[in-house]
Amino acid sequence: MTARVFVSLKSTVLDPQGQTVRAALNGLGYRGISGVRQGKFFDITLAPDVTPEQARRDIETVAHEVLANPVIEEYRIELLD
Amino acid sequence: MRFGVIVFPGSNCDHDALHAVSRNLGQPAEFIWHDSRSLGGVDAVILPGGFAYGDYLRCGAIARFSPVMKAVGEFAAAGGLVLGICNGFQILVEAGLLPGALIRNRSLKFICREVRLRVETTGSPFTSAAQEGQVLRMPIAHGEGCYYAAERTLDELADGDRIVFRYLDNPNGSLRDIAGILNPARNVMGMMPHPERATEPLMGSCDGLLVFQSMLAVAQAVR
Repeated sequence: MTARVFVSLKSTVLDPQGQTVRAALNGLGYRGISGVRQGKFFDITLAPDVTPEQARRDIETVAHEVLANPVIEEYRIELLD
Repeated sequence: MRFGVIVFPGSNCDHDALHAVSRNLGQPAEFIWHDSRSLGGVDAVILPGGFAYGDYLRCGAIARFSPVMKAVGEFAAAGGLVLGICNGFQILVEAGLLPGALIRNRSLKFICREVRLRVETTGSPFTSAAQEGQVLRMPIAHGEGCYYAAERTLDELADGDRIVFRYLDNPNGSLRDIAGILNPARNVMGMMPHPERATEPLMGSCDGLLVFQSMLAVAQAVR
């Protein structure tokens, strides 16, 4: 089983990288793009003997405690087969 | 007064900090390796600048899980003086010893230059030797120094007189021009500018010495 954790800045936190990407895209002629927010994701492989319940608990914990900083970021977890 | 300077893999201002307190303040100082579980009885701890663990994931995010950080947390809880400079500040906020976060500079540029800071409070063990409103010159060198916190946290910092330094000419987009803050007990301070790089005439400024002289005065008063 694998899990994917998406981490992005909260909407209230300034994202100068996303703004720079948007400005570049507009400069390339893509006038229809009005906003870009940049984030990252982690693909996590779970050992075969881990139960889905355990996996969900562990991934939730590491997403909250390590992968994202809840002061500035939010996260979303997808469990894949 | 004995200072301990924590050395993480990737710290690069550890020798600067040791030089500042040992040579320019004239106090004994030693390095403490990141996997040490004890601080060895030092009177104050400095978390130096650099790129601990390559700043992977987020600045300070991996360093805060170092064995030594448990000892630093206990030391801080017992009232010990802890100073986090630059990357050390980032580690302290990731560890939850100080509120808020340090994010990418608004300009997206790594900025390495001298800045001017205003001392906002002298009611701290890190600024007791300064004058309120005094302007200090010292360098910054960071790519992620934009201080961010929720409005409520910013109000708490202001109401509690916990904003120690403000930039006169905000270089990085920090909210409310914040350059350095205190914990509620006022024994832990984090600041993005580098006081250790302004401690002798050759460096272009001696203003950073005030921070270390303040710490020394407090330690001597306790004795």
